[in-house]
Amino acid sequence: MQAWVLIAVVGACTIVLKGLGPLAIGGRELPRPLLGVVALLAPTLLAALIVTQAFADGRHLVLDARAAGLGAALVAVALRAPVLVVVAVAAGAAALTRALA
Amino acid sequence: MSRTEQLRVRDGARLIAPFAVAVAAFGVTFGVLARDAGLGGVQAVVFSATTFAGSAQFAATSVLSAGGTLAAAIAAAVLLNSRYVPIGLSVAPSLRGPAWQRGLRAQLVVDESWAVSNVGGGRYDPRLLFGAGLTLYCAWVAGTTAGVLAGSLLGDPQRLGLDAAFPALFLALLAGQVRGRVGALAAVGGAVVAAALVTFVPPGVPVVAAAAVCLVGLRHPPRGARP
Repeated sequence: MQAWVLIAVVGACTIVLKGLGPLAIGGRELPRPLLGVVALLAPTLLAALIVTQAFADGRHLVLDARAAGLGAALVAVALRAPVLVVVAVAAGAAALTRALA
Repeated sequence: MSRTEQLRVRDGARLIAPFAVAVAAFGVTFGVLARDAGLGGVQAVVFSATTFAGSAQFAATSVLSAGGTLAAAIAAAVLLNSRYVPIGLSVAPSLRGPAWQRGLRAQLVVDESWAVSNVGGGRYDPRLLFGAGLTLYCAWVAGTTAGVLAGSLLGDPQRLGLDAAFPALFLALLAGQVRGRVGALAAVGGAVVAAALVTFVPPGVPVVAAAAVCLVGLRHPPRGARP
């Protein structure tokens, strides 16, 4: 029962959060100054997601096997490796670090 | 839908294909972890089909697995997904048509489909978004189903380093998103703000707060943007 409540509430909230912008101003142009803000949204949010997913554990910043994975991914990206190679290298480096630790 | 539009939708699917493979693998992981969190197989699949936001689903189930309350699990997931408000605003101008259609298409927005449909200058291609989003949706739900059905064969996903694959996927996306010096500075700024806030606010909030960095864009309107 608890699980169904979780699924229903999170699902409904997510649908609303995703739909809010497109329902409110769908199809209309954003004011020109805002376009500059929107252009920076992707790099900013992705960088923030990378940091929190690689270094955050709840409310703590930690250096663990994920950091090794991210470092390996950074090298792979710098070498222009395909996406799947980047992901596989990161997973492999993290798994290896855990196995050795 | 015209022939060129169909082609653009297909382009979206093609662009996202490697990401979709990774997302399917995350889906398998989610199917496994959801069971550990006390979700039934059907529940895990319904969760993926209705919420379609991997990081929030992982967060909610990890709270439950750790013995957290239902309210804490819901809050974690909703906070993580609050980034979809600014993300939704960014794609809104490119989504046309009746309200129900805009609302429905907006559901296909996830980090990956959003990033690959970014054509620069603050603009998004709705056909790329549709093709990429639909592909990811199928991969995510199919992956979750596979994880539920065959999860016991996989063992502990953490042992395979799959938690490190998430930031790596976002890094691969980011590499294609940094356009020019201002974009690079915004990425660094977003990372610094998010890292600085982790210890002070609940998970999810640092990412949304980092979006404030984008306000520097008020002083740097994209070149070639129509007024």
